[in-house]
Amino acid sequence: MNRADAPSRHLGILKHSLFWPVTVLIVMLLANVIFTRDFLAIRIEQGHLYGSLIDILLFGAPLILVALGMTMVIATGGVDLSVGATVAISGALACDLIAKGHGLPVAIGAAIGASLLLGLWNGLLVTRLGIQPIIATLILMVAGRGIAQLITGGQIITINNQGYKLIGGGYWLGLPFAIILVAVALVVTVVLTRRTALGLLIESVGGNAQASRLAGIRSSGLIVLAYVFCGLCAGVAGLMISSNTLSADGNNAGLWIELDAILAVVLGGTALTGGRFSLAGTVLGALIIQTLDTTIYTAGIPPRTTLVFSAAVVTIVCLLQSPAFRARFTRKRPERPADPVSTGPKQEVTA
Amino acid sequence: MFKRLILAIAGVSLALTAVTACGGSDGGSTGSNSDTLVLGFSQVGAESGWRTANTLSIKEAAKTAGVDLKFSDAQQKQENQIAAIRSFIKQKVDVIAFSPVVVTGWDAVLKEAKAADIPVILTDRAVDSDASLYVTFLGSDFVEEGRKAGQWLVDEYKDAKEPVNIIQLEGTVGSAPAIDRKKGFEEAIAANPNLKVVASQSGDFTRAKGKEVMQALLKANKDVDVLFAHNDDMGLGAMQAIEEAGRTPGKDVKIVTIDAVRDGMQALADGKFNFIVECSPLLGDQLMATAKKVKAGETVDKRIVTVETVFDQAKAKEALPTRKY
Repeated sequence: MNRADAPSRHLGILKHSLFWPVTVLIVMLLANVIFTRDFLAIRIEQGHLYGSLIDILLFGAPLILVALGMTMVIATGGVDLSVGATVAISGALACDLIAKGHGLPVAIGAAIGASLLLGLWNGLLVTRLGIQPIIATLILMVAGRGIAQLITGGQIITINNQGYKLIGGGYWLGLPFAIILVAVALVVTVVLTRRTALGLLIESVGGNAQASRLAGIRSSGLIVLAYVFCGLCAGVAGLMISSNTLSADGNNAGLWIELDAILAVVLGGTALTGGRFSLAGTVLGALIIQTLDTTIYTAGIPPRTTLVFSAAVVTIVCLLQSPAFRARFTRKRPERPADPVSTGPKQEVTA
Repeated sequence: MFKRLILAIAGVSLALTAVTACGGSDGGSTGSNSDTLVLGFSQVGAESGWRTANTLSIKEAAKTAGVDLKFSDAQQKQENQIAAIRSFIKQKVDVIAFSPVVVTGWDAVLKEAKAADIPVILTDRAVDSDASLYVTFLGSDFVEEGRKAGQWLVDEYKDAKEPVNIIQLEGTVGSAPAIDRKKGFEEAIAANPNLKVVASQSGDFTRAKGKEVMQALLKANKDVDVLFAHNDDMGLGAMQAIEEAGRTPGKDVKIVTIDAVRDGMQALADGKFNFIVECSPLLGDQLMATAKKVKAGETVDKRIVTVETVFDQAKAKEALPTRKY
């Protein structure tokens, strides 16, 4: 599959796993220019960058982060449905502590600590008790929102702490701090998984947990690690979401973000069956989802039809991603040039 | 062994239902014999500050009115609510009141109540069942709330010569308040052709979505004069988006919302909001009065609208210290 022949190098780009997600993202951004002429413009407003592209990155930041954690879990062959609940708990805990007069380090520390524990809980349920990931994390998905409501007392907690605001809604050196945070998390994850053997080990566990255990890999430890990492990402995302509006909403914070995150992972080309994963693909997937949301708002699509519109775009991306679907079209195309050029190996590639 | 376990569970649950049934008939005998009104109330849940205030109002009003209130929390589930109403019927309460979780699926249980001769009052939300199955619907008129918000704009901009551009943040798609408030608002502003809704998107009644949607809409619509949000929370989120775009909420962009929860009232008192239409959860006193009338056999209106007001910035400053929610 990767043996791109020299004459068909341009086809090699077409075959790159991220070609279609990138194309869709670019097409969506360009389509926005039709509705809003200065959509791609970025200017300085009150000493920081301001523009639609910045908005997409800023509001997409929590989703990218959650999807990053989700990629690791999915790579091990699992799935984590509880990230939305973790987002709610982390935000609620931090805001509650700040409202009660505790300092920022205590509030953030407690929220992150709780998120790590929730991740550990998921990981232990999956590895020690052997519960299927979708069921194990469903427990926390349902119960977690209840915990968040207990913390907030069923109310929306509003705080006024400019230091806390920095995490999800503030700017540092003119850049949104949330974007910097996500970039750091992304770089650390890439280095840890691609510059060490960790990524390979996770992929092998996802590919075949039994075989990798027999090969001497401690698969259960790796799986727990993936869930803890996912919990951490969700926890930080929870801080971002609550910090952006300086309020904690136990009912609605991070609601359905688990589905968006899974979608982002899948759009990025990582299979739900586990094994090989693509971090760049996940980031692209998350950006596609956020751009889609922004497009819906700015293009004035009636609220009643937004779900249909999103579904249509997602379907198109998924179809473009599917080799079986593309093959239907590529199989026809080479038949025409096949007569004059008659390239044997090329047909082999497409078949 | 597994079979035995199931049998044991079934046995225990049977015993439990028997116990609750006994308790039910006990309650019934005391209820129907004494003079105090016994009111069974099934609440939706405790999903927001508004709902908590609603529950508190009903509990306090029952205490002051000397009503024996049997309160049940359905935790956002229709099956819990139906179970609660059935248990009220078994307990032979005088009047049943409930705030339905959803619009559909109430026919069977309402017929059971009717067969047991127990009048039913709906509060805050409506059902699609036949009107003969309940006595009255006590709650806010969402269309009227939208109309009041629109009317304020019509008055505020009656001398405007140029078009006034309005952004509308709608509630959750398909929810009754979102549909009705939009309808009432658009009806009212039709009186002045200068008032134009340039963009209308759903913000899901939440602060985070309100901010996100407003941030995008502000970039697509450069000249915005007014924001109308279907609830305070979306307005509060949008307010932050307006500030971050370098404009002053309340002055450059006027903000009109509905609900009047504490954070919204605070923003109004601070001059960041311009007008709030109240959607009051404090219907406890009205509910007790209506329930007493119903028990006494008096006829009541099929539709009773909650007593509600509107707030401008001056009134918000006055009302804020004594605000209950």
